[in-house]
Amino acid sequence: MRYVDEYRDTRIARALLADIAATVTRPWTIMEVCGGQTHTLIRQGIDQLLPAEVDLVHGPGCPVCVTPLAVIDRAIAIAKRPGTILCSFGDMLRVPGSKEDLFQARAAGADARVVYSPMDALAIARREPDKIVVFFAVGFETTAPANAMAVRQAKALGVENFALLVAHVLVPPAMLAVLAAPGNRVQGFLAPGHVCTIAGWTEYEPIAGAFHVPIVVTGFEPLDLLEGIRMVVEQLESGRAEVENQYVRSVQRAGNLPAQQVLAEVFEPCDRAWRGLGVIPASGLRLREAYRAHDAEVLFPAQGPEAEESERCIAGQVLIGRAKPDQCPAFGTECSPEHPLGAPMVSPEGACAAYFLAGRTRRVEEVRT
Amino acid sequence: MTGAGEAFALQCPAPLPPGGSVLIGHGSGGKLTAELIRTVFVPAFGGRELAKLGDAAVVEMGALCVAFTTDSFVVDPPEFPGSDIGALAVNGTVNDLAMMGATPLYMATAFILEEGFPMDTLRRIVASMADAARTAGVELVTGDTKVVERGSGDGVFITTSGIGLVPPGVLIGPDRARPGDVVLVSGPIGSHGVAVMSRRAGIGFDADVASDTAPLTGLVQAMLAAGDVRCLRDATRGGVASVLNELAEASGVSITVRDEDLPVLEPVRAACEMLGLDPVYVANEGVCVAIVAPGDAGSVLAAARSVPAGARAEIVGVVEAGPARVRMETGLGVTRSLIMLAGGQLPRIC
Repeated sequence: MRYVDEYRDTRIARALLADIAATVTRPWTIMEVCGGQTHTLIRQGIDQLLPAEVDLVHGPGCPVCVTPLAVIDRAIAIAKRPGTILCSFGDMLRVPGSKEDLFQARAAGADARVVYSPMDALAIARREPDKIVVFFAVGFETTAPANAMAVRQAKALGVENFALLVAHVLVPPAMLAVLAAPGNRVQGFLAPGHVCTIAGWTEYEPIAGAFHVPIVVTGFEPLDLLEGIRMVVEQLESGRAEVENQYVRSVQRAGNLPAQQVLAEVFEPCDRAWRGLGVIPASGLRLREAYRAHDAEVLFPAQGPEAEESERCIAGQVLIGRAKPDQCPAFGTECSPEHPLGAPMVSPEGACAAYFLAGRTRRVEEVRT
Repeated sequence: MTGAGEAFALQCPAPLPPGGSVLIGHGSGGKLTAELIRTVFVPAFGGRELAKLGDAAVVEMGALCVAFTTDSFVVDPPEFPGSDIGALAVNGTVNDLAMMGATPLYMATAFILEEGFPMDTLRRIVASMADAARTAGVELVTGDTKVVERGSGDGVFITTSGIGLVPPGVLIGPDRARPGDVVLVSGPIGSHGVAVMSRRAGIGFDADVASDTAPLTGLVQAMLAAGDVRCLRDATRGGVASVLNELAEASGVSITVRDEDLPVLEPVRAACEMLGLDPVYVANEGVCVAIVAPGDAGSVLAAARSVPAGARAEIVGVVEAGPARVRMETGLGVTRSLIMLAGGQLPRIC
């Protein structure tokens, strides 16, 4: 398969691993920011092949994982309202809210539908004009432009019954939060290649400078990740802290300017709560004033107090790289993909689910006895 | 009844118990399905034969050894590249019988039709069923029809039940895998699931993929004649990974497959990459997994390849001493577990 197989060549992978081993002289902690990267690393077992000095910790770049409980509850409440249809990407339906998830709400009569694009949700809105169709807009800079396009088109076409429940978040503020957290161990980053395809990497330059951390924009295939790790290790070993681009086949420094223009037209930055991390200033996007008629937060204001996260779930620690999934007492016991305590166990890109799905259940045998 | 057995029986004190209603994941063929069968159906219906949870029951009737099974088909859309719900309904039941080493003979079918369903589509589906039955050598001998009001069904649901005779001396069982045995897959995996998904509302991509639905009777008979086939499973819902987990659990063995040896057609691989799916969990309708005694691996593989349904059969792994688990060796030489999924696979967000 072109554009895939050439980035999975095992011979080159072994050469890159040997390079990393030859370069590293002392322990380093590197965070891969994006859940897609975590997924490949764990699925392919790359973390197990790296020299012991290189410790990979998993970052907050899983959109399903960082969407707060209160927002999930809100989506469920909207899906349960008569006359509304909540449309979402598939993995959001299994994320536990405080009482139930969207699949359970659907079994109890709520109208929650899986779509594969916000444009599909817009098509449902046009087909069913007597219903209000709400698209659950989650994700980072990567998914935001398509959602912006959908709502812009809804406005242009006069589709008044289409709204977005926006939970978009931005990567650079989360990286700043990780670096500023007490006891931070992260010394270098693999920045998310797809986010940078849209947003470019200029925003990462001041972070690299201020915190003296190397940041390498990295892709998602095994060779991308190994090359990205090698580039970070080389910087760390030589005392450099720059932004470099491994994912040259997709990313340019300025990013995708037309996508950025659509984003700027439709959304504006706002403070946003992250699951497990709390409120991070200017870390999210919300619809601009001109699109308030399509804003589900305005149409369906929150009711009642917001639910608290489970105390037994250490998602917040996992999402900032302070703990690994299998260090959680609930991992594989109380918390599993069929009964997730927290969101990182839901999406395959969540670090906890990536560990579980790859069978990093070293305690499975103990659990059974 | 498929979907039984588990990779490991984690019984968590669930913070969100499944509660009072059936969830869509209960039909996925994964752990939720297994949980439903184990907690609702098996206790109610009891019985030693049911508790084996094979693809079909094998019961003695006088001097005869009879295999008996039933299966319902709810696929959406009802017509998809390479086949339709009618052929699927015949082949699914034929294959459940074939997996017990039986020769399928007679079949019953029941239709639940939704008011407004196009008669032309129904005629095509029925013609396709008749074709499939002829090809498989079974006769449809009885049936039933119900029509529900518009909105109470999804076009057409078909149930088929089948019986067949198990020849004397056939000994196949999910608990017969032994260390040293080899794992054989009868053809490229994931094609059916991807063909159906490529036509599903909301995805609709152009993939040069046709469903693999086919009767496996001839294939099974060829393999049985060539050597000691210890276990056979039709890799339908939940895919090859779920079937391997069921066999590992039933036999108390560890199974390791090599990623690079699993046959997957290029367009299926590409579609799975795009949708974020793993082909080992994608449904098949004409692919079985066989566990074969080590000395007979070569002859059984050659026999499989001698019939069209097994032309692209491959040896993909080995059986080792327990614990009961399934692992996959990646191209980089690292192994990871292939677990039983909780529910269906969900396409990733990004």
